[in-house]
Amino acid sequence: MARSMEKYLRPEVKTTPFCPGCGHGVLMGALLRAMDQLQLDMEKTVFVSGIGCAAWIPSPNFAADTLHTLHGRAVAFASGVKAANPDLKVIVISGDGDLTSIGGNHLIHAARRNQELTVICANNMIYGMTGGQMAPTTPQGHLTATSVQGNPYRAFDLVKLVKGAGAPYVARGSVVRPYDLIGYLKKAIASPDFAFVEVLSPCPTQYGRRNKLDSPGAMYDRLGQLCRTEAGNDPACFPPEDALLLGEFND
Amino acid sequence: MPLTTVTNPVKAGSRYLSGNDAAAEGAIAAGCRFYGGYPITPSSEIMEYMSREMVPRGGAFLQMEDEIASISSVVGASWSGAKAMTATSGPGLSLMQECLGYAAFTETPVVVVDVQRAGPCTGQATKVGAGDIMAVKWGSHGDYQVVALSPWSVQEMFSLTVEAFNLSERLRVPAFLLAEEATGHLRERVDLPETIEIYNRDYTPGQPVFGCAEADGIPSMPCFGAGEKLMVTGSTHDQWGFRKTEGPEFHDRLVRRLSRKVLDRKAEICRHEGYYLDDAEVVVVAYGFTARSALRAVRQARQDGMAVGLLRLITIWPFDGELISRVAQGARGFLVPEMNLGQVDGLVRSAAGDTPVKSLTQVNGSTISPASILAALGEMR
Ligand SMILES: Cc1ncc(C[n+]2csc(CCOP(=O)(O)OP(=O)(O)O)c2C)c(N)n1
Ligand code: SF4
Ligand SMILES: [Mg+2]
Repeated sequence: MARSMEKYLRPEVKTTPFCPGCGHGVLMGALLRAMDQLQLDMEKTVFVSGIGCAAWIPSPNFAADTLHTLHGRAVAFASGVKAANPDLKVIVISGDGDLTSIGGNHLIHAARRNQELTVICANNMIYGMTGGQMAPTTPQGHLTATSVQGNPYRAFDLVKLVKGAGAPYVARGSVVRPYDLIGYLKKAIASPDFAFVEVLSPCPTQYGRRNKLDSPGAMYDRLGQLCRTEAGNDPACFPPEDALLLGEFND
Repeated sequence: MPLTTVTNPVKAGSRYLSGNDAAAEGAIAAGCRFYGGYPITPSSEIMEYMSREMVPRGGAFLQMEDEIASISSVVGASWSGAKAMTATSGPGLSLMQECLGYAAFTETPVVVVDVQRAGPCTGQATKVGAGDIMAVKWGSHGDYQVVALSPWSVQEMFSLTVEAFNLSERLRVPAFLLAEEATGHLRERVDLPETIEIYNRDYTPGQPVFGCAEADGIPSMPCFGAGEKLMVTGSTHDQWGFRKTEGPEFHDRLVRRLSRKVLDRKAEICRHEGYYLDDAEVVVVAYGFTARSALRAVRQARQDGMAVGLLRLITIWPFDGELISRVAQGARGFLVPEMNLGQVDGLVRSAAGDTPVKSLTQVNGSTISPASILAALGEMR
């Protein structure tokens, strides 16, 4: 982490808790830079997360108020935080399993209510923390600890899901395109609406290992090749729909 | 001072109110400024009342997508500095349990009004029951303590809601109003005071938020936005909120303190009322609406020449077993009538020593009549 970002971190925190090569660390760096460029008032910002590796991005690392909640419930806690004190900037950061499986109902309803909240979903397409089980974001056919013959189901397209639920700002970024990502994060945080950013963030330990992407480097290379900024269906693509289409998806 | 006397913000004097409306007014009087909820019979009138009143009074109201979200929003709002509550009934209470454990473990003041209906499951949604006595105490995993108060009148739907807020804010624990459908929907005359005592949470800047030197202490509670850089986590934590998921001593110390901060204060928390106890040979132990029938039955039995009294429990949790033990010394028997299959009965038995305890249970969706209690007393002559 660049020294200039240290002021946003608690002095007690010396290392990130993530595995080598985990995308969540890159996302953390991108988020810090977005906050820095916005000159975010850390005393008036609350970071809310659920349970999972991604939920450790803000907690306990960020030198601000952090609310590390239950699995799936971050958005619901955040709704109460914001409603009771609208002067606070409330930023939710959590994993794909946390926000879209066990917490999926809270996510779509918060988007529908359009309360001013920033929700950042670190999507590694798997349950990283619990050992690599299938998530609702796991691409069809892919291997996980609970789909050793290949996931039989389709994956959520989170952009479509949250946009369909009414979120005014929706973007998809990836840690392999950090500068675009910082731009999306800045817009989401500055938004006066419910703003959602999905961030494709590789999990080499649980996902890569099972899906023949043995090294973090290989995973990043592959993700870099596959991420697109223009729509189109490449049958060779994984996942085979538009789930790797990056950009802002607003009318 | 955390304890202050304020002008009652709701209309004082003699009024005719329903229990649920009285609970909502009690919440407002106590300073509640956030309500997050999900409709469920027979509690919905509280939510409807709060939906009208929160915003005009400078607070916030959210109708959430389910009860898990409701209690989660309440915990979040509490950390934003608002006195916060929800109301529900059995099925909703079941959904809230994981987060109630979170509130207990993170020492977050929250108030839950549980207007009990006939469970288990969907049961008889519009009928009365008192089957959640154990659920409010033991519903979440692990060891923790809560406060639960049992109103027997519309007046107490008001006053005990205020008290639930005061205890919750003072002890930093989840506090329940263990109401029943019969009291929630009862309409009767109340006399609301001109002034009330309310407790506003104790905050000393810079103090540890999740621990203190005393083994039963209650730490200072700041809120988000105060510049404290709070770390609120449901994982085991040290006094500043840093996760401590390895060292056995952290978990042990924290779990024991969370229990002791309530149990060591039983003398301050626990309230009861006694009727005709001085010379009572048989003591009816009752709570909630059932205590109304019990008082009637006791008075009738007295007229019939039986030396019987009533011990009305106002505080259910923490359970005042010492009180039962004291009363047991002068009694030759207890009768415990309940709208469940004997939940407080077991607690009374565990404290009654050699004094026999008779349980009168009724789970048919209606209140226990004075006649049933009188008949049970007759068998104890
Ligand atoms: C109620 C509940 N169920 C299950 C779990 C176990 N659990 C912890 S983290 C997790 C998955 C996290 O996955 P994700 O949100 O995708 O985060 P990642 O670790 O992949 O970053 C699960 C299932 C839990 N903590 N609580
Ligand atoms: S298990 Fe996966 S998501 Fe979790 S820290 Fe390791 S690489 Fe990251
Ligand atoms: Mg994940």
